[in-house]
Amino acid sequence: MDQTLRNHAAALSASLLLLSCGAPEPLGSTAPATPARFDAAQVAHGARLAAVGNCITCHTAPGGKPYAGGYPLHTPFGTVHGTNITPDAETGIGRWSLADFDRAMREGIDPRGRHYYPAFPYDYFTRLTDADIAALYAFVMTREAVRAPEPDNHMLVPRVAVGIWKSKYFHPGRFAPDTSRDARWNRGAYLAESLAHCSACHTPRNKLGAEERDRYMAGGEVGGWHAPALNRESPSPRPWDARKLTIYLWTGLVDDHAITAGPMAPVVRNLAHATRDDVEALASYVAALMQGATGAGPPATPAPPRGEQLTRGAAIYAGACGDCHDRGRAAEGGALRLPLAIALSLPTPANLIHIVRDGIVPLEHEAQPWMPAYKGALTAGQTTDLVVYLRTLSGKPPWSEVEREVKRIEGEAR
Amino acid sequence: MIELDVNGRRHRVEAPGDTPLLYVLRNDLQLNGAKFGCGLGQCGACTVMVDGQAIFSCITPIGAIEGRRVRTVEGLGTVEKPGPMQRAFIEEQAAQCGYCIPGMMMRAQALLEAKPGAGDADVRKALAPHLCRCGTHMRILKAVGRAAKMMGGGK
Repeated sequence: MDQTLRNHAAALSASLLLLSCGAPEPLGSTAPATPARFDAAQVAHGARLAAVGNCITCHTAPGGKPYAGGYPLHTPFGTVHGTNITPDAETGIGRWSLADFDRAMREGIDPRGRHYYPAFPYDYFTRLTDADIAALYAFVMTREAVRAPEPDNHMLVPRVAVGIWKSKYFHPGRFAPDTSRDARWNRGAYLAESLAHCSACHTPRNKLGAEERDRYMAGGEVGGWHAPALNRESPSPRPWDARKLTIYLWTGLVDDHAITAGPMAPVVRNLAHATRDDVEALASYVAALMQGATGAGPPATPAPPRGEQLTRGAAIYAGACGDCHDRGRAAEGGALRLPLAIALSLPTPANLIHIVRDGIVPLEHEAQPWMPAYKGALTAGQTTDLVVYLRTLSGKPPWSEVEREVKRIEGEAR
Repeated sequence: MIELDVNGRRHRVEAPGDTPLLYVLRNDLQLNGAKFGCGLGQCGACTVMVDGQAIFSCITPIGAIEGRRVRTVEGLGTVEKPGPMQRAFIEEQAAQCGYCIPGMMMRAQALLEAKPGAGDADVRKALAPHLCRCGTHMRILKAVGRAAKMMGGGK
């Protein structure tokens, strides 16, 4: 077991001793729903909301049927699987009433009265409106019913102990609009803080896995990737604005900023099915959060590589990367101009290492910008040299422990 | 001057370190099995093995290859004595125009060496970066399956 994991587990066990919890009551009756009960417009509305929520990602196993669950979510507290939310009566939510669904979404409690692990972001969904919850219910209840039992979870913390965590960190309640802001900002804030659950990844978490809300959107970690800060601490070499964020959220690519990768890629893939208004609202909200970020860009002329490691890194760049990246996006076969690509300016090298090793590879059948994987082509030492060199282009202080990160990420891939 | 180890033979190459391995294989060493397709690491035709792993030789500079073991399709066997991967492709008649096939074979070889019991799903996943415009995918899959059995693994 990893040391952080041990610390987390120890901290949780300690809090178990200090606190007590009351188990929630099961809901009384449950009524199965039939597709005929749902209005087509409501289902369509639910589909667009589910796209904002990125629901399909955690509720679909790799290669599995949509929404049938089984996706393994690796957390510092163990592995939990997305549940089957198709209307299958036995293994899905086919017997759930709207009240059951509402309680799961708002309170994180299943119809049998058991707590959900907060990997299911009910701490966000609690802020949804009744109408949106009903639309999401209509959407999931009209999916193809798939018989798929939930795989066993391997969590270090029993489900019942989640009640303790919730009593300290879970704050149920509706979204409260800020009347000093315009409607678009409020729409964005509502979506970001409920369905889209942006800060679940983009805010740092404490040892008990709770968000440090006083560092809201200051950058977090998810699945071994860094989720960049979306507040004034944004490390983007050029400041984002609402228009560019809209393009990013809509397409995953903005020439002088970033290309989507890692856990953000499915978010963007889903947002393509959301309404344009909602994407613009999210962008407007995030752009406002970033207001005041300096965007201290990279030096116009990077210093020539000094020392053996940088010389080696520069040589690898020239042979393996420069052919595309020096052409700029506008050219055929071109790529992001690297000093501007945000991966070089983040506080950790994790994202850059992932991208160099695994490339940027769209899902099958999707036509999207692409970068080949360099794993195998570059040794761990060469990858380290390259990443250390690329960091110097950003003008930011060097990353520490690049070599260790390269080995960690290689080890994960095995 | 860069020294390369290709198919167990050492070669001294007069080329700058940023030269793509593919160019050196084809132009300097006359090993024309690996093909130039896109030059961007997007089609897989140039795939060779380096230290047992399949890589795109068109985007890999020789400076990064010095001291490592390169294996090309010529290293899998000869016309007179083809290796199991090559025999499997011949027996399944898996090629139409054949341009993509050396890359496919090298990727499949790397897979089967690392995972002798690879099944159809593993093969499909491994070969996903490779394009074949003739559409011989089903025969390619059969050929790799046959190669797996010939090499002592497979299902």
